[in-house]
Amino acid sequence: MSDITYREINANGFWHNNPGLVQLLGLCPLLAISGTVINALGLGLATTLTLVASNVTVSLIRHWVRPEIRIPVFVLIIASVVTAIELAMNAFFHELYLILGIFIPLIVTNCAIIGRAEAFASKQPIPKALADGLAMGLGFTCVLVALGALREVVGHGTLLSDAHLMFGEAARGFSLTLIREYRGFLLALLPPGAFIALGLLIALKNIIDSGLAKRAAVRAPQPAEAAG
Amino acid sequence: MHFLATCHLPLATALMRFPTHSSPHMTPAHSVGRMMRRVLYALVPGTLAMAWYFGWGVLVNVSLAVVLAVGFEALMLLARKRPVIPTLGDYSAVVTGWLFALALPPLTPWWVTLVGIGFAMVVAKHLYGGLGYNPFNPAMVGYVVVLLSFPREMIQWLPPQTLTDPAFSPTAVLTAIFLGQLPAGVSWDAITTATPLDLMKTELSMNRTISEIREHPLFGAFSGHGWEWIGNWFLLGGLWLLFMRVISWQIPVAMLGSLAVTAGMFWIVDPDTFASPAFHVFSGAAILGAFFIATDPVSASTTPRGRLVYGAGIGVLLYVIRTWGNYPDAVAFAVLLMNMAAPTIDHYTQPRVFGQKPPPTRRDNGP
Repeated sequence: MSDITYREINANGFWHNNPGLVQLLGLCPLLAISGTVINALGLGLATTLTLVASNVTVSLIRHWVRPEIRIPVFVLIIASVVTAIELAMNAFFHELYLILGIFIPLIVTNCAIIGRAEAFASKQPIPKALADGLAMGLGFTCVLVALGALREVVGHGTLLSDAHLMFGEAARGFSLTLIREYRGFLLALLPPGAFIALGLLIALKNIIDSGLAKRAAVRAPQPAEAAG
Repeated sequence: MHFLATCHLPLATALMRFPTHSSPHMTPAHSVGRMMRRVLYALVPGTLAMAWYFGWGVLVNVSLAVVLAVGFEALMLLARKRPVIPTLGDYSAVVTGWLFALALPPLTPWWVTLVGIGFAMVVAKHLYGGLGYNPFNPAMVGYVVVLLSFPREMIQWLPPQTLTDPAFSPTAVLTAIFLGQLPAGVSWDAITTATPLDLMKTELSMNRTISEIREHPLFGAFSGHGWEWIGNWFLLGGLWLLFMRVISWQIPVAMLGSLAVTAGMFWIVDPDTFASPAFHVFSGAAILGAFFIATDPVSASTTPRGRLVYGAGIGVLLYVIRTWGNYPDAVAFAVLLMNMAAPTIDHYTQPRVFGQKPPPTRRDNGP
C-alpha cells in the first residue's frame, strides 16, 4: 500500500475499486439524485471537490492526529469542506443548489469520503492523497452521470435537459430530445428505477471484467496472471 | 418416482428428462407442462366471462401477451444458451402472459403489454435464473411496472358491456389497441369509467355513505355489475384446480378468509364507511388472485402451515392497501410483498420429518 503508483490509483478510482460500482458507497445520493444528467454531474463534481479537499487535509495532518481521535477529526474536516462547498454552490449555481437541496449538505455523510480518508489519505503523502481523491471522485461522477443518462433517456426521452443550470444561459441548446412525443416511463425516475439501473450497470461491469479475465487467461496462461 | 419424492423442488426435477424403459409405464403425477396446461384450462371460463362483459379487447390482450411472453422466453433462453423448445413446452410463459393480460383494461395500447411482458420475462424471470428460481411472481412484477409507469393508460377501464355494442367490432378493437384510434364519434373521456373499487374509493373520500354509493349503476347485487360474475367463473376454474390437486386449498382459503374476516370486522363497526366482505371478495382481482396468482408454485410459500400464513398475509395486506392505500386494487402489491416474506415463512414452518422427534423447545434444550 505504501508504494502505490499513480497508475494504480487511477485504475482503482475509475474501475477496480470504483466507489459507485464496486465499493457501493454513497448510494444515498447516487440513487436519489441521478434522475437527470445535469443533477448527477452537479452532485458528482461537488463530491469530487470534497474528496480532494478532505484527502489533502487529512494527509497534511496525518503525523499529528492521534489514532484515538482520528474519526472525529476526519468528520470535522469533511463537514467544514462541505459547508464551504454548499455556500459556494448557493452563490454561483443557485438554481442547481435549490434542486439538489438537502443532498449537498448530505455529502458529509457519504461513506466514500470518510472511507478514503481512513483507508488511504491518512497513510499516504499529499500528492498521492490528492490523486486518489481526484480519481475516486471522478470515478464516482462517471457512475453518477451514466446512471443519470440512463434514467433520463428511459424516463423522459431527453438528454442534458436544464443544462443552463450548470453551464449558463448559452447552454440551453445542449438539451436533446431523443424521442418525440415520448410518454415517459415513470418507473425509471422513481427510486426503484435507480436501483434497477445501478444493478444493470454493475452487471455490465462484471461482464466486461469476466471478458477481460478470459482474454488475459488466453494470452498468458500462467495462473498468477489470470488471477490478477 | 422416489427421485421426485425426495427432491426439494419438483419443478426443477421435472425439467429434466429421464428415459423410461422398463414397466410400469406410468405417467408421472407431476409435470410442469401438465400442471400449467391445467391452469390454462381453468382460466378459460373466467376469461370468456370477461370477454362477454368487456368485449374482444380481452381476447386480443390475452393473445398478444401470450405471443409476446413466449417470444421473450425464447429470446432469453437463446441468450442464456438453454434448450428452447423443451422449455417452452412447460407452458409457464403462456400462463404468465395470460395472467398479466387479465389485469389489463380491455383497450390497453399494445406497447403497454410489450413493456410489461418484457419486464416480467426478462427481469423478473430470467435475470433471476428462470422458472423455479424467481422469487417474485413475474406476471405481477410486469403488471406493477406498467401500473406505476403508465397510470393514464392503466385506468382506462370501460363500463361492462359498452364494448359488446356494435360500434366495437373486432376490427375497431384492433385499431384501438394497435393504432390508438377509436371509432369515429367515440372519445376516450366518453367511454372510460372507474372500476367499482375505484368508484367506491373516490366516493368514500367525498364523504358519501356506502348505501348512497351503491345506487350507482356500476354496482350489482353485492359487487360491481359484471365483475361479480367474472369472479364466479374464475371461482369455478379455481375449484376445478383444487379438485385436480393442481393447487392446495390453504392459500385460496386463507387469503379469501382473512380478506373477508378483516373486511367484516370493519364493516360491523361502521357499515357506512367500510364496504361489506362480499364486496371485497367479489371485487377486482381477489378471486383470480386467490386461486391463480397467489398459488404460483415458485414464488409462494411451500409448507402446508406456511401456505396458511402466506395466504392470510395476502388477504390482510389486500384489505389494508385497498382501504387506506393509493391504489384501488392491490392484489399485485399484496402478492409481491408476501413473495418477499415467503422464504422466511418457509423457514419457520418446516414440517416435522417423518420418524424424527419434534425439534426441542427452548425449555428442554438438553445438556
